[in-house]
Amino acid sequence: MRTRLPLTLAICLGGLLGLGAATFRYAEGFSYFSNDPRACANCHVMRPYLDSWQKSSHHVRAACNDCHVPHALVPKLVTKAENGWNHSRRFTLQDYPEALRITPHNADRLQHNCITCHAELTEEIRETARGSGIRGSPRAGDIACTRCHADVGHGPRR
Amino acid sequence: MSQRAKYLVAIVGAALSTFAVVLLLVNVLQRKLEARQTHFEIVKLTEDTVDPRVWGENFPREYDGYLRTTDTERTRYGGSEAFSRLDADPRLRRIFAGYAFALEYREERGHAYSLRDQDSTLRVRMRPQPGSCLQCHASILPAYRKAGGGDVMKGFAIVSAMPWAEARRLVDHPVTCLDCHDPATMALRVTRPGFLVGIREYMKTKGVPAYDPNTMATRQEMRSFVCGQCHVEYYFRKPDRIVTYPWARGLRIEDEEAYYDSLHFSDWRHEETGADVLKAQHPEFEMWNQGVHARSGVACADCHMPYMRQGAIKISDHHVRSPLLNVDRACLVCHSFPADEMKARVQVIQDRNAALLSRAEDALFGLYDAVTAARAAGADSVALGPALRLQRRAQFRADYVNAENSMGFHAPQEAARILGEAIDYARQGQVAALKAARARPR
Repeated sequence: MRTRLPLTLAICLGGLLGLGAATFRYAEGFSYFSNDPRACANCHVMRPYLDSWQKSSHHVRAACNDCHVPHALVPKLVTKAENGWNHSRRFTLQDYPEALRITPHNADRLQHNCITCHAELTEEIRETARGSGIRGSPRAGDIACTRCHADVGHGPRR
Repeated sequence: MSQRAKYLVAIVGAALSTFAVVLLLVNVLQRKLEARQTHFEIVKLTEDTVDPRVWGENFPREYDGYLRTTDTERTRYGGSEAFSRLDADPRLRRIFAGYAFALEYREERGHAYSLRDQDSTLRVRMRPQPGSCLQCHASILPAYRKAGGGDVMKGFAIVSAMPWAEARRLVDHPVTCLDCHDPATMALRVTRPGFLVGIREYMKTKGVPAYDPNTMATRQEMRSFVCGQCHVEYYFRKPDRIVTYPWARGLRIEDEEAYYDSLHFSDWRHEETGADVLKAQHPEFEMWNQGVHARSGVACADCHMPYMRQGAIKISDHHVRSPLLNVDRACLVCHSFPADEMKARVQVIQDRNAALLSRAEDALFGLYDAVTAARAAGADSVALGPALRLQRRAQFRADYVNAENSMGFHAPQEAARILGEAIDYARQGQVAALKAARARPR
């Protein structure tokens, strides 16, 4: 009996590992490390957002990650982990409010990415707006680019 | 803890983790399957499948929503509780004097009640009504087809001409799936003959001959047309009692009024004043058409049947109801305000229109008093003609906004304009009656 317990545990852990790996693969876990916009619609809820993105001006140049996720490796992985946990927990438990709204933290990341690409174009407006707070964080009450350019990422609303 | 116990705890832990992973795997599998095939055909649906429960076998999510139209919930001005409109605003008893609406006038309940509530209303039980009513209160298409020997339009004419009680025996269900969906493809379709004729007449004014919504309308248009089949102004054409939508001159209230005037049509003679007046029905489709939502391409279904997610499936909420009871899904998908702010904006619009409506009804009372006094002073119907014609205009306008289910929200400025005219016509009529009283021969 004493000698069989480690073996039993090993079998259990091996099974768990195998099953976990299979689940991860079946749920297309590896796709989340990619920049493929289709990965975002894996969990179905994002389907309308993927669709509307295809109708937007930005779809030829920028996909989901370009706007919603930081570009440097470590912040990128942190953002993916954070949102991945939030999204999969809420979707699995079917516990989320509609209409969907971007969180303040993610709105900051989005704003930062607007500036990353459009730094030169927006230089003047950011300079002249210094003090009104237009440059920085939507969370701090600043005006985000998307306040006016609401349809560049996800196409026109009705 | 002994070595053995540690092993046992680890094994139990691994088992519990495996259990959790299997649950997750099954959940992922279920969502993937939902996304792959959104419904299963368990029963074969045909043009004769009237019972919504049978459709529910194939479409349980939509049917579940439909069943919820039996709910009872109030909004500030409407909702789905059958409260007495006459008790809520006792002025309506005098406004509808001599007409069936003075007997009983209740707030409409949900789709699932549409037939049952017609069975019980005093307007049908105490006043003879034709089979025409059932066009919209029942799922009646198969009955029309049967009565017309395969020809729906012919059957429509036959059943409409029947006494109500006789026609009632031909139908079993209220408004159901079949009325808006093609049973073979589930595509939206319009089936009500009154609408098909009405929209064809209306489209002629736009220079489109022989318009057929079922082949010529876009999907987004259909998402309003299916509602516009019934939520409209109509009258029973004489002498055949055919349900007719007064759209041959356009969809605005003036167009409908001009249409009625051209036929010398009136719904009843006002008991107190003797004016030949009109009763507005529930012109939601027409009113919405004058508003900014229609202009922006927003359909009835966008707000009254907003999309909702269930697992991996996105469906239209078939619990058709006031958007005010579902602000998050109905409004906030387009409007980025908090729900309370959204609701407050709607309520400001409705409160303003309600205040105007109240003034319009008071103005009508001023007109009634003046006409009654003029009659007592000896003025006859000829002398009172101008006042009575103005009553017809004022009364139709006030009632139009009152009967339209949105307290002005479907087209806020249009509703306010109509009520402004109602007040003006009522006061003009009051002045005309005062003049008639003074001018009577001594």
